[in-house]
Amino acid sequence: MLGEDFVRVLYIDLENRKADIRERKDLYKYLGGTGVAAKLLEENMKKGLPPLHEEQPLIISIGPLSTIFPVVTKAVATFISPHTGEYGESHAGGRLAMAMRNAGYDAIVITGRAHKPTYLLITDRNIEFKDARAMWGLDIEEVGRVVREREPGPGKRSIIRIGRAGENLVTYSCVNVDTYRHFGRLGMGAVFGSKNLKAMIIMGERDLPISNLKEYFKTYQEIYKKATQTDAMAKYHELGTPLNIKVLNAINSLPTKNLLQSTFEHADDISGERFAEKNLIRKVSCTGCPIGCIHIGQFRREFDKGYEYESIAVSYDHELVYALGSLLGIRTSDEVLEIIEEVELAGLDAMTTGVVLAWATEALQKGLITKEDTLADLEFGNTKEYIKAIDYIADRANEFYYTIGNGLNEAVKKYGGQEFALLYGGNEMAGYHTGYGFALGQTVGARHSHLDNAGYSYDQSAKELKDEEIVDYVIKEEKERNVLTSLCICLFARKVYDRPTILKALHSIGIDWTDDDLTRLGNDIFFTKLRIKKELGYSLENYRFPKRVFETPTLWGRMDEERLNRLLRMYIDRVEKEYEDWSRGQ
Amino acid sequence: MPKVLRADNMNKCLGCFTCMLTCAAVNHNNHNLAKSSIKVKTRGGLQSKFAATICVACKEPACAEACPTNALVRRPGGGVKLIRERCIACEKCVSACIVGSIHMDYDRKIPIICKHCGACVRMCPHNCLSMEEVTE
Repeated sequence: MLGEDFVRVLYIDLENRKADIRERKDLYKYLGGTGVAAKLLEENMKKGLPPLHEEQPLIISIGPLSTIFPVVTKAVATFISPHTGEYGESHAGGRLAMAMRNAGYDAIVITGRAHKPTYLLITDRNIEFKDARAMWGLDIEEVGRVVREREPGPGKRSIIRIGRAGENLVTYSCVNVDTYRHFGRLGMGAVFGSKNLKAMIIMGERDLPISNLKEYFKTYQEIYKKATQTDAMAKYHELGTPLNIKVLNAINSLPTKNLLQSTFEHADDISGERFAEKNLIRKVSCTGCPIGCIHIGQFRREFDKGYEYESIAVSYDHELVYALGSLLGIRTSDEVLEIIEEVELAGLDAMTTGVVLAWATEALQKGLITKEDTLADLEFGNTKEYIKAIDYIADRANEFYYTIGNGLNEAVKKYGGQEFALLYGGNEMAGYHTGYGFALGQTVGARHSHLDNAGYSYDQSAKELKDEEIVDYVIKEEKERNVLTSLCICLFARKVYDRPTILKALHSIGIDWTDDDLTRLGNDIFFTKLRIKKELGYSLENYRFPKRVFETPTLWGRMDEERLNRLLRMYIDRVEKEYEDWSRGQ
Repeated sequence: MPKVLRADNMNKCLGCFTCMLTCAAVNHNNHNLAKSSIKVKTRGGLQSKFAATICVACKEPACAEACPTNALVRRPGGGVKLIRERCIACEKCVSACIVGSIHMDYDRKIPIICKHCGACVRMCPHNCLSMEEVTE
């Protein structure tokens, strides 16, 4: 809590429609974000029960710098992932962090299951459990509109909600945050669905006096200048992350057609440049970010003969253009946007949806499944059929779609095709076939996200590959990112927020930490997450990488399976040893 | 010459709310952007355009006319200054302002009045706001 030495936690019990607020001094040493959220998950999770059991908790946390410093925009959620069965963590921007800050809650813990579909209203003066029965079944856009029109506070509120996929417990359903951002990965949408929770609206006008205006505002301006007047973040505003499409394509790193290829003959047609020239209509920001990386693209759809058109605008990013573009062989930016729209309305994670559909396309080609299963003529490049399939996933239309609605791990158990199922550590692949750093990084990352440790960045910047160095990078980077995400700093601003800058910002609001404190924090969070994962039965022993990732060239040529396995062994041995030392010290 | 705040380039707005965070901090010593005088909103849902509600610097300010205690006095160039010790928090200025630029700070029991100080203009990353020189 700003100006206090505790973390103010709001506990929501959906079953009994009660709330409780506790001031947790003991959590203060974890600052906020990923640190506080991991600890709250650990103390509230029920390890013997399934991920979607009503007693399992859902946590959302912000940090002490949230909203009041430039680009500190994220909220961090933790839960037990219905997708992987182990540690679930997902981050989202938008207005949520600002709304929690203004409502006066550093963290929210939600447990229980509402007796009927419910949406939550959370403010500094009020908690209400509201009837959402009529909202059940509505898509992301409609439920947003209904809540907006029913509730007060335009401009200063955050509305987060699920679509049909979340209601139907698809294990990679997302929670949409303020239309353009998401808790995307690992199935937080299904956690909402399992709790009969359709939406939450958060806002507040809590008095948040500034303790030392002079020092705070001086520091604020310095960071603001660094973020806006140096080139540290310019690329995120200009073309945005889809800048990567051309970059990765040029270095054999753009996963294409279920990774049968790592370059795409139509890469130019779905590049960041092409989107910017043809579709980009505006850019927007998360609250408190002067950069504005959210790119909104528009396309036109003919809905009837006789020149009947509608225009549709959706946000696009590299990961979406990869997963719902190159990976599915989609050839135009308009079509990529059309597929994104369907994924958005249904409330699915774009990356996993794309990877699952790419696998299904190949499985159909190879005869592992039939048209009776897929109901749609899945083939690379066929936008219309993919759009049908996205709906079938959200609706769990038949036995096949029910199965793939639990992700590729489940799909291959039933239908085979493990060798071309693009999974790393149980989660579907992100858009960087750059080499060993990425492959190891996503596999071992706590939330199996490419952003856990940015192995792809190692691949792209290394002069030569050294095994020790790869393992070292992945571990160090993940620990450092734990520091950034415990403060809820957007990872795009990682170059702005170096250690001295972080310490200065903390100091200006009365938190006197040292460099060693931050190092200790990053380490503690790293191993706390590992402890949670172990409690939930997680292990990388006997882990097998899919064959496909070795067949298609990366930036560093074809990966050698033995070498990647050796890297994984080195990683496990080193982390286990560190974990033992850390556990003894606890 | 006196200057007043203008928001003529809201088509460029990113919705980052830095202007509001700055106004709340600099003028009201508060981290909550609810204390900001400038109010950026969407016209309805995030898919619509952004708009800024600001004090338009009336030459004949209705808020001052409505104030029963002369707590709002006309400033050079337009708009008003708040004389805090005269304010009784009756909220008549809030409804008198037809552009909706005045709202109450219930913690301090005063209306939030734009000073036309230009802090928001300096911190806007996309040049949506400006200060315009006007005649007295």
